[in-house]
Amino acid sequence: MASSCFSKSKTIIMRNLKSKNFFMLGFINHTYSITNLQFPRHLLHTISSPPLPVSNYASSSPYNYSIAFSRCFASVYGGRRLNTATSVRNSVDQLSTEAPLQQDLDFPGGRVKFTPKPVFTSSSTEERTPCYRVLNDNGQPILDGDSVKISKELAVKMYTNMVTLQVMDTIFYEAQRQGRISFYLTTIGEEAINIASAAALNYNDFVFPQYREPGVLLWRGFTLQDFADQCFGNKNDNGKGRQMPIHYGSRKHNYFTVASTVGTQIPHAVGAAYSLKMEKQDACTVTYFGDGGSSTGDFHAALNFAAVMEVPVIFFCRNNGWAISTPINDQLRSDGIVVRGKAYGVPSIRVDGNDALAIYSAVHKARKMAIEEQTPVLIEALTYRAGHHSTSDDSTKYRPVDEIERWRGDQNPLKRFRKWIETKGWWSDEAESEHRNGIRKQLSQAIQAAERVEKPPISDIFNDVYDIPSKNLTEQEAFLRRTIQKHAQDYPSNVPM
Amino acid sequence: MASIFQGVGAATALSSSTSFDTKKFHLSSRRSFSVRRASFFVVRSDGAKMDSGLNRIGGRADQLVTNAVATKADTPAASTASKPGHELLLFEALREGLEEEMERDAHVCVVGEDVGHYGGSYKVTKGLADKYGDLRVLDTPIAENSFTGMGIGAAMCGLRPIIEGMNMGFLLLAFNQISNNCGMLHYTSGGQFKIPVVIRGPGGVGRQLGAEHSQRLESYFQSIPGIQMVACSTPYNAKGLMKAAIRSDNPVILFEHVLLYNLKERIPDEEYVLNLEEAEMVRPGEHVTILTYSRMRYHVMQAAKTLVNKGYDPEVIDIRSLKPFDLYTIGNSIKKTHRVLIVEECMRTGGIGASLTAAITENFHDYLDAPIVCLSSQDVPTPYAGTLEEWTVVQPPQIVAAVEQLCR
Repeated sequence: MASSCFSKSKTIIMRNLKSKNFFMLGFINHTYSITNLQFPRHLLHTISSPPLPVSNYASSSPYNYSIAFSRCFASVYGGRRLNTATSVRNSVDQLSTEAPLQQDLDFPGGRVKFTPKPVFTSSSTEERTPCYRVLNDNGQPILDGDSVKISKELAVKMYTNMVTLQVMDTIFYEAQRQGRISFYLTTIGEEAINIASAAALNYNDFVFPQYREPGVLLWRGFTLQDFADQCFGNKNDNGKGRQMPIHYGSRKHNYFTVASTVGTQIPHAVGAAYSLKMEKQDACTVTYFGDGGSSTGDFHAALNFAAVMEVPVIFFCRNNGWAISTPINDQLRSDGIVVRGKAYGVPSIRVDGNDALAIYSAVHKARKMAIEEQTPVLIEALTYRAGHHSTSDDSTKYRPVDEIERWRGDQNPLKRFRKWIETKGWWSDEAESEHRNGIRKQLSQAIQAAERVEKPPISDIFNDVYDIPSKNLTEQEAFLRRTIQKHAQDYPSNVPM
Repeated sequence: MASIFQGVGAATALSSSTSFDTKKFHLSSRRSFSVRRASFFVVRSDGAKMDSGLNRIGGRADQLVTNAVATKADTPAASTASKPGHELLLFEALREGLEEEMERDAHVCVVGEDVGHYGGSYKVTKGLADKYGDLRVLDTPIAENSFTGMGIGAAMCGLRPIIEGMNMGFLLLAFNQISNNCGMLHYTSGGQFKIPVVIRGPGGVGRQLGAEHSQRLESYFQSIPGIQMVACSTPYNAKGLMKAAIRSDNPVILFEHVLLYNLKERIPDEEYVLNLEEAEMVRPGEHVTILTYSRMRYHVMQAAKTLVNKGYDPEVIDIRSLKPFDLYTIGNSIKKTHRVLIVEECMRTGGIGASLTAAITENFHDYLDAPIVCLSSQDVPTPYAGTLEEWTVVQPPQIVAAVEQLCR
């Protein structure tokens, strides 16, 4: 009855249930069970059954059967699909507090037990999913913490990149305020997410960003000059001046061009993971989105797809509490985004988004899991959007200034990580000011240089719509050129032909 | 510039940095070179053959130049080669084209609802899952926007997905991905990422399928920059266009018609690929140019029989390429006949006929002896009742009447 992919999960479930005295409610997907072994116990999304006489889901006989789908793509090269929907009857029957029920039925989707009581599952759990954290507020490691050890070089590289990102954001924001660029969007408060997650990935992992992840590109080697060129839309820009500032994209760095649409990159990441699975590559895809992005239809369908297709994709949600002016409680009513993974059969974890080491460990393990087990993984990083949504926004209009100040100050991810590396003796005040000054100087040079570079030529309006311009586009270009020639005085002088 | 050179450029850039995976790009550039050396040939609708090498390197521009220079034969369209071929139905022709491309290039895959072991709702993908596995012929959950997005993501990473909409109308759900990402990402990324997807599916008014399943999406999609649209109408052009669409590096939307899947025709045994931007001369004539596509071609040909009996000599052109229009073929025809009738299944407002009328007026106004007449469906949702449905679609008597009026 069980296929080969399935017997592993059966033994794991048996092992888990025998060794622990609590009930795991809900469907236990075989990939979820594997999570149990790799993460510390207290991270599991467990619900202890309270001794309440009130009828709630805990007192009725729990669904002890684990129902798992095993869609093993053994038939990648042909042959029939091995689609088995089976269930495992385990020895939990004996552990049940009630007499085992007689009836269960075999509906499509697996065997399911009946209950005579019309009990609804609660809309929320008693306890929220706990959050994985390695460093405390003062940057000191929490006792009993479990994390991937990182070297001095890596830690310093991570910290310096976080500082570079912060300085870059500040200076570009100022440049927009001075009218030198038209638009900018900062990552203030989410530097740890950007850098630490990038550090835990390999360069051949595909990244599908939303728009608040330039740090990933920075980590991979995009230079400050490259960032400036894109923001100024000059002819050195990869995107040939076609997109707004901060819509970076670089094939070389496996960072897919930012599109302004929210959440559309999430199914792209699943498709890319599908291509990696087809070509059996040792890589995964990562996609980032915010709490707001998790409301889009694309998010839900993509998670569902990824689970069904068993592809190596990491869904990284930056739950920063705000979607422009919409606070998290107006965005969703579930326990954040981490519980949504469970709904789709995707192993998930909640992580402290301002703790660089926690993010590094979580992404590191998620990547391993995604590739080795060919499964999607959902990571929810709790953080705070300490800056405005963008330069078109003034967030003091809809949230208290002291809340913003608090998150910019004490809860600042750089501060915590810096305390940790300083305790280790790997950083100092001198190093800090030297690095900051150096970056500031580089940035102002980059900006000045980018400002002076020519804009892309007229032909770039018509190139790349297709692989080769079609006849109507060629005609339209000819018409435009004729118009410019006739009215040269109305045409800006700094745009080359 | 042809995308081959982009691929080569990317490969050399990557080889210098060891931390990147170069295998993928080697695969893509290898594929491009093999295309140049391939032994297939492009067959034009009048049976003349061209060297396929041009199809890739010079790409579209070269093809158009060749069209302009070569003489267009005035013989009736010999849609089958001189050798005896094999007979099959249109959906089988689509499948044959699809299968040949999947055989030829391991990157080609199919994504859609019920395309796997079910074989597709119109059996276009029947048997492919057995042959290529259910990862390469992928059944998806019901979320058109997302599996189209998935196809786009896979295409940006080197695969060549064919995204099937079970009915074209369902692709309205995928509009966001098609418009904002499929059409745009090659442009906004500065040419770094290409999206060689084929989006296909049955559309048009069928036999009492109801309003939601009788839509003509070509009118909604025609404005999207960055995509190409073609409509097939015979087994011969269905196979050729399918192959051409798969080989194209641009996103192509291939419109099929629900009622045409069981058309039978004899097609050549040898491999052929058609030109995506070319129209097909169905019946040369002198008196009036009738432009049509997809199912309406058959209504027009039926009307043509009646017209011939009445002494008229209509020239019938199946425009096939809905975006961009083959204004070369159309223009030559207009210069000969000076009268145009457009017969389409789209709604009157904002349909393909409306755009075509505008394009012809702009380019060939001086050659027209009479205003352009456009016969299209009314601006109503398609009713279910058979009798009503029949009259929302242009019928042969209306075409005959229109030609008579035009040629007065």
